[in-house]
Amino acid sequence: MMHLTRHPIDVRDLLAEVQGPERGGTCVFTGTVRNDADVTGIEYSAYEAMAFAEIERILGEAQSQWPEARVILQHRLGLISVGEASIAIAAAAPHRDDAFAACRFVIEAVKKRLPVWKKEHRADGTTSWVDPSGKVVTHGP
Amino acid sequence: MGKVSVRFFARYAELAGCTWSAVNVETPATVADVIARVREVFPGTKGLPPQPLAALNQRQVRLDALVNEGDEVALLPPLAGG
Repeated sequence: MMHLTRHPIDVRDLLAEVQGPERGGTCVFTGTVRNDADVTGIEYSAYEAMAFAEIERILGEAQSQWPEARVILQHRLGLISVGEASIAIAAAAPHRDDAFAACRFVIEAVKKRLPVWKKEHRADGTTSWVDPSGKVVTHGP
Repeated sequence: MGKVSVRFFARYAELAGCTWSAVNVETPATVADVIARVREVFPGTKGLPPQPLAALNQRQVRLDALVNEGDEVALLPPLAGG
């Protein structure tokens, strides 16, 4: 499975990658675009080569920490409409605790380490880069 | 002098006016030296924060990391994945 995609994410594809008869607990996280302040969509861009390498490193770390778990993630790039998923993570493990923990580990690592950026598009035609530290840089239509 | 590739992304690409370039620096240099050279060559990048996030050859590094000829330095706006 490609870690980065420009197509809608289908969670069933992720489930098929991680589920198995020896893994009784599966945890799925999806992040979807919110309709904050007239936002109609978010345009995601990435340093793709590094993002791919970083995802491989994050999944490798999860595998080392929870050897019996299987974890996969897919991040979507391009313009994504409100309500659609920008990221999905699936973690399956013999028991639920490890599935939840591995899934949580991966999304937190993504937030801290993935070289991905987002530009909000609003109904009035303006756009702004999203800075998680709180600053907003707005541009005209 | 050695040539170092520099990549800009998202808002920083808008400030620089390009997504990729190369600068000449005395090598070995640090990432901070490369950024200082970038500020001279691309006036728009004066709007970069004093200590931007940076990656060297696709790994996040501190600004005192050593850079050699042929390396790639990427300037990363605040990360917003997920």
